[in-house]
Amino acid sequence: MALESIEPQKLKLYNYWRSYCSQRVRIAFNLKGLDYEYKAVDLSKDEQFDPEYEKLNPVKYVPTLVDGEVVVADSFAIILYLEEKYPQHPLLPKDLKKKALNIQIASIVTSTIQPRQNLPVEIDFIEGRFDLDKKLLWAQHYLNKGFTALEKLIKDCAGKYATGDEIQMADVFLEPQIHAGITRFEIDMSKFPTLARLHEAYMKIPEFQAAVPEIQQDAPRGS
Amino acid sequence: MADQGKLTLYSYWLSTCAHRVRITLNLKGLDYEYKAVDIVKGDQSEPDFVRINPMKFVPALVDGDTVIGDSFAIVLYLEEKYPQTPLLPQDLKKKALNFQIASIVSSGIQPLQNFVVVNYIEQKLGSQEKDAWHIDQFNRVFTALEKLLNGCARKYAVGDEIGLGDVFLAPQLYYVIKKFHMDMSNYPILARLHAAYEEIPAFQAAAPENQPDAPSI
Repeated sequence: MALESIEPQKLKLYNYWRSYCSQRVRIAFNLKGLDYEYKAVDLSKDEQFDPEYEKLNPVKYVPTLVDGEVVVADSFAIILYLEEKYPQHPLLPKDLKKKALNIQIASIVTSTIQPRQNLPVEIDFIEGRFDLDKKLLWAQHYLNKGFTALEKLIKDCAGKYATGDEIQMADVFLEPQIHAGITRFEIDMSKFPTLARLHEAYMKIPEFQAAVPEIQQDAPRGS
Repeated sequence: MADQGKLTLYSYWLSTCAHRVRITLNLKGLDYEYKAVDIVKGDQSEPDFVRINPMKFVPALVDGDTVIGDSFAIVLYLEEKYPQTPLLPQDLKKKALNFQIASIVSSGIQPLQNFVVVNYIEQKLGSQEKDAWHIDQFNRVFTALEKLLNGCARKYAVGDEIGLGDVFLAPQLYYVIKKFHMDMSNYPILARLHAAYEEIPAFQAAAPENQPDAPSI
């Protein structure tokens, strides 16, 4: 007797084309071969403040993952959740030291670089007080500092990818940040040869290509 | 209990990131040698420290011949290597909530209060603006945290056991309440959690004023 196949509930990702936090999760989904329904939340129109979205995620950030009954918000939390629930293509090595290195790289991106270029910081505070040129300088200052630190850290441990010859969590967090640096913040990548090389390598990988902001379904035409 | 090698923690008494690691070490009953790095004076650029941690960040943990920088990485390393008093529940949803709280603190608040950033703001905009900006940031993120905790906090941040979320929240709350004297009346859950953490010996021992490099009053 054939067993009834149970259609797995589809994963849903509430995200925004340009959100680098969302891009990380899109890469992780692709690497793990997970299909998902793309639910666009337009941050430029403040859709994260819609009551429906707030009910789902009271913190009102993107991305948010819905996996059946489970709702997980925050890209770091989402990726660690996916890593445990869908262990195919593991993003964290078993070796504790290498695992710690991956977490450290992810943490440097999420806590020392990305927040300082982040939309709310810019709009809520700086925009009124700094002009546009100064906003760019502010973001570049922190990106350059962060990239300098990352370059130092990975120079000696990078192989084909950031922490060896396999794609791991560090790569998932690095690429969106490097992408932002190049396409949005005019960072001179010649100062960061390892990061530049990694970016070239990521751009050859279909799972990374498919996650790029400019080709997402909610990206404006001509992005 | 895993065999403990010799642990050394490079720490600054007032660093909230180091504070998180101190709480974790205490909760897990791990002895460690405390090595003070005065980040205000620039000790993190001294050759001896740079050799340990070329990133020049504090905290850094040395466990035998393993060196780990970054508090998130250190805490998760300790969680795996020394599983006593686990900080992460088995339940995936509760585990994710702990990660989310930790991530909101480490990427949503702390980077914006870091003294390097604060000095930069003060330089560009003056002292009053700096304070206004601080309060603005804290309020923004505390509002978000309070909403999140409303759905999951019981005795502690996620349920009735101390978890990773508490380890990250406690230093942040300590900082805004004790150093900033922030009005917490809009954040009753956060205020209650702060009071609860103050009662726990592992948290008390990790408090900045109890560290060897804290200035004597």
